[in-house]
Amino acid sequence: MAEASPGTPGNVLEKLFIRMGVLPVLMVLALIVFSLMSEQFLRIDNLVNLVRQSVYLILVSLGQMLALVTGGFDLSVGTILAVTSVVSAIVMAHFFGADPNAVWFAISIGCFAGLLAGAAVGVVNGLGVAYLGVSPFIMTLGTQSVGFGIALLITGGVPVSGLPGELSETLGFGRILGVPIPILVTAAVAVMFYILMTRTARGSYLLAVGGNPKAAALSGVNVRTTLLVAYVLCALVTAVSGLLLTARVESGEANIGGTMALESIAACVIGGVSLRGGIGRVENVVLGAIFIVLVQNGMNLSEVGSYLQMIVLGTLLIIAVIADQIRHRMIAGGVGL
Amino acid sequence: MPVSASDLIETVALTKHYPGVKALDGVDFSLAPGEVHVLFGENGAGKSTLINLLAGVNQPTSGQILMEGREVRLHSVLDARKHGVSAVFQEFSLVPTLTVAENLFLGDESPRHGFIDRRALAARARELLADLQFDLDPARRVSTLSRAEQQMVEIAKGFRSRLRVLILDEPTASLTDRETERLFTLIARIQAEGAGVIYITHRMQEIARVGDRVTVLRDGRKIGTVDAKATSEDRLIEMMTGRTISEIYPTIAANPGEILLEVEGLASGAGVRDASITVRRGEVVGLAGLVGSGKSELMRAVFGVDRVTAGSVRFKGVDVTHARPGEMLRRGLFYLPPDRKAEGLVLAFTARANIALPALRSKLKGRFGLLSGKRREALTRTAGQQVELAERNAGRAVAVLSGGNQQKVLFAKGLGINADLYVLDEPTVGVDVGTRSALYTLIKRLCEGGAGVVLVSSDLPEVLHLSHRVYVTRLGTIAGERHGADINEASLLGLFFERERTAA
Repeated sequence: MAEASPGTPGNVLEKLFIRMGVLPVLMVLALIVFSLMSEQFLRIDNLVNLVRQSVYLILVSLGQMLALVTGGFDLSVGTILAVTSVVSAIVMAHFFGADPNAVWFAISIGCFAGLLAGAAVGVVNGLGVAYLGVSPFIMTLGTQSVGFGIALLITGGVPVSGLPGELSETLGFGRILGVPIPILVTAAVAVMFYILMTRTARGSYLLAVGGNPKAAALSGVNVRTTLLVAYVLCALVTAVSGLLLTARVESGEANIGGTMALESIAACVIGGVSLRGGIGRVENVVLGAIFIVLVQNGMNLSEVGSYLQMIVLGTLLIIAVIADQIRHRMIAGGVGL
Repeated sequence: MPVSASDLIETVALTKHYPGVKALDGVDFSLAPGEVHVLFGENGAGKSTLINLLAGVNQPTSGQILMEGREVRLHSVLDARKHGVSAVFQEFSLVPTLTVAENLFLGDESPRHGFIDRRALAARARELLADLQFDLDPARRVSTLSRAEQQMVEIAKGFRSRLRVLILDEPTASLTDRETERLFTLIARIQAEGAGVIYITHRMQEIARVGDRVTVLRDGRKIGTVDAKATSEDRLIEMMTGRTISEIYPTIAANPGEILLEVEGLASGAGVRDASITVRRGEVVGLAGLVGSGKSELMRAVFGVDRVTAGSVRFKGVDVTHARPGEMLRRGLFYLPPDRKAEGLVLAFTARANIALPALRSKLKGRFGLLSGKRREALTRTAGQQVELAERNAGRAVAVLSGGNQQKVLFAKGLGINADLYVLDEPTVGVDVGTRSALYTLIKRLCEGGAGVVLVSSDLPEVLHLSHRVYVTRLGTIAGERHGADINEASLLGLFFERERTAA
C-alpha cells in the first residue's frame, strides 16, 4: 500500500476514496459551509471545544468499529452508557454518603462498578452473537431494550445525585499540563486501539473474522473467542465514555445514551469502516467521530434547529453507506488498494 | 457420426464477445438425436459461454444456432425451453421456500379463473415425477431436499414440455455414486427416446462412461471433436491444455522417511467412518474417490474442522485427535481448502495479510509480544517468492487477483508457517494450465525437501501422475490403497465403483 501511485489526478482521487471513503470530501465541504455560515466556527477556542466535545463519541465509535469490522454491529452502546452511568453513580453516591472522607475510594469503586456493569452488557452481547449464533442486529437490539429498562428501573427514571465534586473536577473538567483529562484518556485509548488493530494478532483476527469467518477459522483463528472479544471491548470502551460523561454531567443518568448508536455507526462508516466487515482503521474512525461532532457544532453555531439536525445526521449516514457500496464495488471491480 | 440436417441442435461459427474478451470464437458444434455430447475444457475455455448461448441465457455476437436444420434465435431461457432446450446449471434456479410441485410449474401454473388449482398442480407434479421414476414428494419444500434431490427437480423441470436437448453442467459434482448411477440411467432413457444431452464434466471416467463424442474447447476455440470411447485420457488432456503430459506433471522423487500422520479408525460427524491412513515425510499420498465419498471430509476431520466421533489421529507422534485447526497449524499441519473464495482467503485483505494470517501467533511476535512488521515483511516476501507471486500483487487486495494468483496466495499461507505436512484439497481447481504446472513443481519441491503431501483430488489424472501412494475413499471409508505401478486408472476406478458388500 506504500506504493507510489503514478497516474492521473483522477486515479489518485479514486485511490484516496477507496482507502478513506467519503470522509475527506465531506470534511472539506463541512468546513467551507460552516465557516461561511458562522464567524465563530473557525476560531481556535471553538475548535478546541469541538475536540473536547468529540471524545465521548470517539470512544464509543472505536468500540463500534470493533463490532463492525467483525461483520456485526452494536446497537446497545447507548444502553451501555446508561447502565455504566447509573451503576457507577449509585455505587459512588452510596460509599461517598457512608464515609464522606473516603472520596477517592468511592470514586474508584464507583468507576470500577460502572465499567463492570457496562462490560457485562458486552459479555451478554458477545455470548449471544458468538456462541448462540443470534444475529448481532437482534442481539444488541434486545440488550439495548433490556439494559435501558434496568437502568430506568433501578433509578426510577430520576437522575442519581450526591456524587463527590472531585469526580467532575478530574474526569469531567480537570486538566493535566493544560490538556483536558477526557482528551488525555481518549488519546490513550485511541493509541491502545491503534496498537491492537495494527500490531497484535487479535487485531488481524478481528478483521479476518469479519472478512471471511471460514477462512479465518481454517487459518487457526478461534472465531467465537474473537467475536466475544469484539463485543466485550466495545462495551468496555463505551463504559469509559460513560464514566467521562457521568463526570461531566455530575449525576448518573439513564437517558445519557440517546442517539449514540446511530452517531457511532455513522462516524465509523463515514470513517471508512465497511459494513460488510473486514475493513476499518482507527485513525479514520477518530476523524469520522470528530466530523459528526463538527457538523453538530457547526449547525448549533449556525442556529440550525434540532429537528433539522436529526434530518442532516440521518442523511449523512445514508450517504456514507451508499459511498461504502460504491467503494466496495470499486474494490471488487479491480481498482487496486 | 451422423452430421446432417436432422441434428437436434447445431452451431455454425458461433461467437460471443465480451468487452475485451472473445469468450467464444467461431465454434461449430452439433448434437445428434440420441447422443450424449461431452464438452471438455479448462475453466474459462468457453464451455459455460457455449451452453449459455444454447440455453438462451445470452445471445451470440455472431454465428448461427440451428435446430433440426432451421435457424433459431433463442432470446431467453423461456424461449429456449419452448424449443425443447432445457439446461441444468450448477447454480440451481429453484425457490427454496416453495414446494417441489410449485417449483416444477413455476411460471407455468395454468391458473383457472386467475386462481391456482393446487390439487391439479400436485397431480401433474406427481405424474411427471412418477414418469421419470423420481422418488420425490411433490409437497416437500425444496429447502428440505438434498442437493441430489434438488437436481432431480431441476431435471424434471426440463420434462414439463417435450424435451429435445438437455444440458447438464457438471451434474455429478455433488452426487454420491448411487445418485450418479441413477442419473446415468436417466440419461440412457433420454437417449433412447431420441433426445440429446450436452454434458459438461471435468471427470475423465465419466467421459468414456456416458459420452458418445467429446468436443474439446480451449481459449474460446474448438480444438476438435473426437470419439469419447476411443480417445485416450492423455490425448484429451493434451487437447485441453495444449501441452504434453510430461510438460504438465513433473516427476517427483519418492523418499519416504519418518511417519508424520497416523489416522486410525477415524469417524466424524460429516460421515467419515473407520478410516485409517498413514503419511510419511518425503512422499505424495493421493486421496481419490467420488465427490461425497469422504476424501475431503476425512482430512477435514484430521485438521479439526469437523468433529471427530471415534478413532485417533497422531501427528509427529503426538495424539491430536481432538485438536482444533489453530493447534494443528502450530504443530505443522497445513490444510488448503478446496474453495479459495469461500474458505481460503479474506478477499478484502491484501495478499500479504492473507499469507501472514496463520503465522501471526507462532512466527511474527516481536518485542513486547507485539507483531513485528519486519518479520511479517520477510516471511510474506519469502513465501510469495516461493509461489512466484509477483511483488506488485503482494500488496493488492486478493479480491482483484486472478484465480491462479489467488491459489498461489493460498499455497503461500502454508509455506509461511513452514509446515511439515501439506494437505492440499483440490489444489488446482479453476486455475490455468500455466499456474497449474507451477503449483505441481511447488509440490515436487515440498516433497523432495522432506515435507509430506496429501493430495485430495477429484482430478484423477492429477492423482495418477503425482502420487506415490493412493488411498481411495468410498462411502466415508478407505476402500483400498495402491502403490507405485498399481496406480492406474483401471485399478482406482475399480475401487471407486466397487459394489457395496453386504453390511460389514
